[in-house]
Amino acid sequence: MGMTITEKILAKAAGKRNVNPGENIWLNVDVLMTHDVCGPPTIGIWKREFGKSAKIWDKNKLVIFPDHYIFTADKYANRNVEILREFARDYEVENYYDVGTERYKGVCHLALAEEGYNIPGTVLFGTDSHTCTSGAFGMFATGVGNTDAAFILGTGKIWEKVPESIKFIFNGNLPKYLTAKDLILHILGDITTDGATYRAMEFDGEAVFSLSMDERMTLTNMAIEAGGMNGIIKADAITEAYVKERSDKSYEIFESDNYAEYFAVYDYDASKLEPTVAKPHSPDNRDLVRNVSGTELTKCYIGSCTGGKLPDFRFAAQILFGNTVKVPTFIVPASTKVARLLEVETYNGLTLKEIFDKAGCQIGQSSCAACLGGPDDTFGRAKDKDVVISTTNRNFPGRMGSKKSEVYLASPLTVAASAVTGVITDPRDFIND
Amino acid sequence: MEKVLNGKAYVLGNNIDTDQIIPAEHLVYSLTDEDESKKYGHFALSSVPIEKAGLPEGGVSFIEGDNWQSEFTIIIGGSNFGCGSSREHAPFALQKAGVKAIIAESYARIFYRNSVDGGFLIPYETVDKLIDKIKTGDQLELDLENNILKNLTKEEVHHLKPLGEVLPIVEAGGLFNYARKSAMIL
Repeated sequence: MGMTITEKILAKAAGKRNVNPGENIWLNVDVLMTHDVCGPPTIGIWKREFGKSAKIWDKNKLVIFPDHYIFTADKYANRNVEILREFARDYEVENYYDVGTERYKGVCHLALAEEGYNIPGTVLFGTDSHTCTSGAFGMFATGVGNTDAAFILGTGKIWEKVPESIKFIFNGNLPKYLTAKDLILHILGDITTDGATYRAMEFDGEAVFSLSMDERMTLTNMAIEAGGMNGIIKADAITEAYVKERSDKSYEIFESDNYAEYFAVYDYDASKLEPTVAKPHSPDNRDLVRNVSGTELTKCYIGSCTGGKLPDFRFAAQILFGNTVKVPTFIVPASTKVARLLEVETYNGLTLKEIFDKAGCQIGQSSCAACLGGPDDTFGRAKDKDVVISTTNRNFPGRMGSKKSEVYLASPLTVAASAVTGVITDPRDFIND
Repeated sequence: MEKVLNGKAYVLGNNIDTDQIIPAEHLVYSLTDEDESKKYGHFALSSVPIEKAGLPEGGVSFIEGDNWQSEFTIIIGGSNFGCGSSREHAPFALQKAGVKAIIAESYARIFYRNSVDGGFLIPYETVDKLIDKIKTGDQLELDLENNILKNLTKEEVHHLKPLGEVLPIVEAGGLFNYARKSAMIL
């Protein structure tokens, strides 16, 4: 019987020739990633369970990015970063990227890619549901809680149930008014927020392989929004070039067999899709932007691991160039690297930062920021009855900080177009293909 | 593991995500400090829209006033319970508030794993759609040996899906105890 890419990678990590969906297996973990929200309780469980003999299974395989609640006066949040700092010092964790230093990176999922931890064919676990982002590199990556992470921290192993796979094929060319965000929002509308629970979401097709690594990460990032265990895209020449530039680790490229079995296969023509939103209060509450255009907004937000990468800001700049925003618009580069590039990358002779400044946007420091609400003083946080359109990943009640608020999820093109008009706006009003 | 659990039902709908279970702004408190960790109980389910809190009528607070424990100890949920983030603070907050078991149509993967591996809660899956049959406040008896839920208020009996392959971990009280029992770790 044929195997999918996910099954092949899991088989390798389990030391088996074959694995079958539904089978529980123990995996050897290549990288464990944690951050300031789940790192401290993970460390707490690890110390409690392993006691004085607590030992990190492999220091080189542990990566810690403080990224969630960074620029806040909240004493508890700051204490969590202090716990990570002490842990990294006491246990000599080299892959710790401390706040307030040159090493600080910003949002973990993008930082994993930028710092060369995403390696095709490997297995990565992280204490964050969006860990599935790394699957864009032809690897298995998924989120776990603190107990599982503490277990990995001490043993390097974890159990997992081999998932069935669902394949999503995007044929054709992606028009200029669409981004990866539109594709994944479209899928979510089709399969809903539990359509891929305990399953792998495999992305394929020429439109997918035409995307940059950053855009591919937007697809895999939101696999969890369908309940997916992992999202995965086979590594190709674009992946290899990205990885080689950032790491000298060896890698192995896996691909699904032609005769592999899938739970379902979805075929789309990317050229026929339209700009898409998820309406309040669920990422699967799909509609076309044109059906909700004219909806009055109080805030626009471009940021997060989903929508705060360099291409997201390139898209936004195309529309914000020469325009002024009508509602408060918050720009949060996902990583410090992206923040630096905003001052280097140009569009029509201006840097992206200059374009955003002239348009009247507010630019925040790299972190998860208001994507998940966070402490009261978080940059861009939704207040009271805010109506927000955002490039982030979730719009459950209260997600961005106020349970009275309403959040629409959309592509950076749609958010930028809406920022200029103050109402939800189809980017085709600004961009033609 | 206890063989029978008794408690009052608190009924919720579909897609109860981890932001509703414990809003992200509260993820900063210690989970190990006995006193501080009570905040998790206090804020448990605090972001569920009030009209959907305690079905079928809604408007039932899970936690009263300044309390950190709830009078409701068995949660009845719809599909995709615990979707969203990986925060283990979610099952922890429910356990802290006094919840012993959740009985839902289906679960999101990470919440389910966290409940089992952390030994916080017993996540049962229903055979029937129970959120239409059980009311918030109904007195329930959960028979863990026979996978049966009795609604003592309505004198109805509901069959639940066996815990299956996670039963040994639930019985051991979590992943670490299970791994010790099976000599995987010391």
